[in-house]
Amino acid sequence: MPLVQEIDYGTPSAKSGKTVSLSIDGNRVSVAEGTSIMRAAMDVGIQVPKLCATDMLDAFGSCRLCLVEIEGRPGTPASCTTPVQQDMVVSTQTPRLKQLRRGVMELYISDHPLDCLTCAANGDCELQDMAGAVGLRDVRYGYDGANHLAQQKDASNPYFTFDPAKCILCSRCVRACEEVQGTFALTVQGRGFDSKISAGIGEAFLESECVSCGACVQACPTATLIEKSVVEIGQPEHSVVTTCAYCGVGCNFKAEMRGEELVRMVPFKDGKANRGHSCVKGRFAWGYANHRERILKPMVREAVDQPWREVSWEEAIGRVASEFHRIQAAYGTRSIGGITSSRCTNEETFLVQKLIRAGFGNNNVDTCARVCHSPTGYGLKTAFGTSAGTQDFDSVEQADVVLVIGASPTDGHPVFASRLKKRLRQGAKLIVVDPRRIDLVRMPHVEAAHHLALRPGTNVAILNALAHVILAEGLVDEAFVRARCDWEDFSEWASFIAEPQNSPEQVSRVSGVPAEEIRAAARLYATGGNAAIYYGLGVTEHSQGSTTVMAIANLAMATGNLGRPGVGVNPLRGQNNVQGACDMGSFPHELPGYRHISDDATRQLFEDLWGKPLDDEPGLRIPNMLDAAVDGSFKGIYIQGEDILQSDPNTQHVAAGLAAMECVVVQDLFLNETANLAHVFLPGSTFLEKDGTFTNAERRINRVRRVMAPKNGYADWEITMLIARAMGIAMNYAHPSEIMDEIAQLTPSFAGVSYDRLDELGSVQWPCNEAKPLGSPIMHTDGFVRGRGKFMITQYVPTEEKSSARFPLLLTTGRILSQYNVGAQTRRTGNVVWHEEDLLEIHPHDAEQRGVRDGDWVKIASRAGATTLRSRVTDRVAPGVVYTTFHHPETQANVVTTEFSDWATNCPEYKVTAVQVGTSNGPSEWQEHYRELAGHNRRVAKDAAE
Amino acid sequence: MQPEKLVMMANQIGQFFVPQHKIDAVAAIADHLEKFWDPRMRAGIVAHLEAGGAGLDPPVRQAVDRLKHKTADRRQGG
Repeated sequence: MPLVQEIDYGTPSAKSGKTVSLSIDGNRVSVAEGTSIMRAAMDVGIQVPKLCATDMLDAFGSCRLCLVEIEGRPGTPASCTTPVQQDMVVSTQTPRLKQLRRGVMELYISDHPLDCLTCAANGDCELQDMAGAVGLRDVRYGYDGANHLAQQKDASNPYFTFDPAKCILCSRCVRACEEVQGTFALTVQGRGFDSKISAGIGEAFLESECVSCGACVQACPTATLIEKSVVEIGQPEHSVVTTCAYCGVGCNFKAEMRGEELVRMVPFKDGKANRGHSCVKGRFAWGYANHRERILKPMVREAVDQPWREVSWEEAIGRVASEFHRIQAAYGTRSIGGITSSRCTNEETFLVQKLIRAGFGNNNVDTCARVCHSPTGYGLKTAFGTSAGTQDFDSVEQADVVLVIGASPTDGHPVFASRLKKRLRQGAKLIVVDPRRIDLVRMPHVEAAHHLALRPGTNVAILNALAHVILAEGLVDEAFVRARCDWEDFSEWASFIAEPQNSPEQVSRVSGVPAEEIRAAARLYATGGNAAIYYGLGVTEHSQGSTTVMAIANLAMATGNLGRPGVGVNPLRGQNNVQGACDMGSFPHELPGYRHISDDATRQLFEDLWGKPLDDEPGLRIPNMLDAAVDGSFKGIYIQGEDILQSDPNTQHVAAGLAAMECVVVQDLFLNETANLAHVFLPGSTFLEKDGTFTNAERRINRVRRVMAPKNGYADWEITMLIARAMGIAMNYAHPSEIMDEIAQLTPSFAGVSYDRLDELGSVQWPCNEAKPLGSPIMHTDGFVRGRGKFMITQYVPTEEKSSARFPLLLTTGRILSQYNVGAQTRRTGNVVWHEEDLLEIHPHDAEQRGVRDGDWVKIASRAGATTLRSRVTDRVAPGVVYTTFHHPETQANVVTTEFSDWATNCPEYKVTAVQVGTSNGPSEWQEHYRELAGHNRRVAKDAAE
Repeated sequence: MQPEKLVMMANQIGQFFVPQHKIDAVAAIADHLEKFWDPRMRAGIVAHLEAGGAGLDPPVRQAVDRLKHKTADRRQGG
């Protein structure tokens, strides 16, 4: 298996529909108008020598290697910056060009270390390749003149080094940072001979604004910017295309290997979600797969306060089966359940829900979407008929107005953020609706036209007010509404929206957003051209999460912003496969494909294939499971790849629920926090160790490909099969492709999906079936899945969680770029240098009132509990609002969050918690208790049996 | 399950459906409870109604009552 080699065409493709024909070295070639000569040459297999050009970046024309001669034109123009013209006759190799190129290369090499044999880029260096390509045999200038060879290497970044001695100043890194990533952290400092690449103003990379996306490393043609892993291990010798296991963007990477050792993850240019870009997590933060804390052997114990005992797989699986059988015999069929993992594959998720429905005999299955995007499923299914976003990520390239609400893409979905920022730099307008001044509000070359900094919990009021303005000012797309939506529903909705309670003036009092700002944002959204809405958990994690999703859908329908590129309603899904987990029937009321469990015909399909009767009653959702556990009717749980003790709200209640169960089975890579209250631990496998598929936020089904054997012995789907068989359920899949075949057989929107089809197309967006064999990049193009779009009345109902004299501030929680969810993976990588601990953001005014200084330890307390952490005094949050992340178990931000939840789905209201903040000189009572408990319950017996 | 929590959740459902003028809010609330609540949760809210139903908003109370009869009919129907 060789390295996957991608062709570098030198310059980006041209978009023109008009074709131009020309001759290059005697070859006739036809390309799109606007194509560079360099790219046209590559189309017919002619590689014009180049150094500063690469097809991820706009042409720059600085290296002077790619010169060509054009018949009838004087001079030797650069082929990267010269567009083709009809009937042009181009020569890429002439005696004159050869001499010029050799002269240029001589100059480069005269100021470059001659250490090729010991250089980490040996074999993967474009400078080396070009020296060979131009036939450089001698450097006439010698090496003793002024040079840059003594410059110091910068190794501050945990993942790559910067060696200015090897830099040829092609500016590819600077341009990648600008054009691809959009951070503008790098620059060329100085002029002429003194020019050098600089991160910030002469800072080390780690101290600069660099976000470690890796675009500069990927762009570098030499060893100037190179992965430390390549320096340590050497050049990879084979690679496999797979999909990142972090956020819902679903970036494709080449996993570049040497033997069974992963050398580096390189973003795949043909990846349709990421188009060759990456972020610090997917590109670099994969070291957790080999972390010393990873558990590789199954473990059991009789009680959670006993040390873990390593056992054989047979014993562990036997314990799971016998305990679950015992519990069901004692407490009833519905006394156990399970949680599927949004970090695992579609196939693995499908198997877990199958085990629960067909094996446990009930529908007590849920997934982490419960605590993130379950309102998206409910809201969009109600409005459009499909529980998913409407667009592909490419769509943002055609958006004219982008409304980002309740999301911080630069933190949570960084590769999408880069694509969005690129569009904004091209002139699209941005509206941000968020209590916090997220990065996108103002950053280099991006500034939101409007930032509606609303009070937490007032999303519905703001969206209704935007709709009010659109209606009042006659900006509704009536033709769209009449053609595509239920007119009676629209009329009812319009009457409601027109009520004074929804006017900007009234809503201003509730939300704190000036009425004129609401009006201006509404006008821009309705009249600015293609308008797209992107949203995150700041929408869903509220008591009115589902209502907010419906209010967003109303806004898009009313303005006709659906059914074509550049528009739409786009939930930014949190985890890598949270969309897939939902698609695969992880909810307790739905079979795969979002069909209700009470539907006899659908249930019959599954019963016929699985040979087991299925319960027709909905099961428990995660918070309901915990309540039922505390009440004594829910006694056992199988948790695959989720850490509910850290991620779910009201930690003390979660702990009480787990503690009340008689058998908690955790399948994970690490002894996570939930495992502290578990009886059986089954070691899981990483995404590098298995085959399968993930489905990203744009409904794209991407292949996950195994690049190494599971270090724990089994892929996660195999572990679920072991449990199923031990419980008497026949599960005998030889490969995940067979599971996908079963999914396709049972799920209409996946009917056309198979591994062969995925290999053929690269990836596919569901629905993929007979009607849409190539998948569906944009949904609802000709009509809504449910028929006519449904407007729902979205009455604003203030949350029960209110600030008071005792708890006067509102806490909202979120994520940070370098960390992922509960941090189980990223905390075990070099990413900790950017975020060693969770911090509490507090406005200077609130800090002053409480005597809190930047960096002080503070106690944050709510009605649910209290924790302590350090403060960060910043005006990114408004007065009255505080913010923190939940990546670290030492902080356990969810000790503070409450059990208030979305009315339709029980998605917790993480985004609004009334709190008080004060200075502190020690950990909270819970933190002390938990630290002791975790230390005690995490012990592994030293006399391990196996 | 704690009746107070079930009451709060049921009333939240009611707050969404009551303003939907075009649909029968009581039926919609009952339907939501039937489609999304596990049988023990439904039994819990029904038991709370039978114990007086303190705290249940009027349309929610009607919906739970409807649920109660539906469950009884279902049992009788086998």
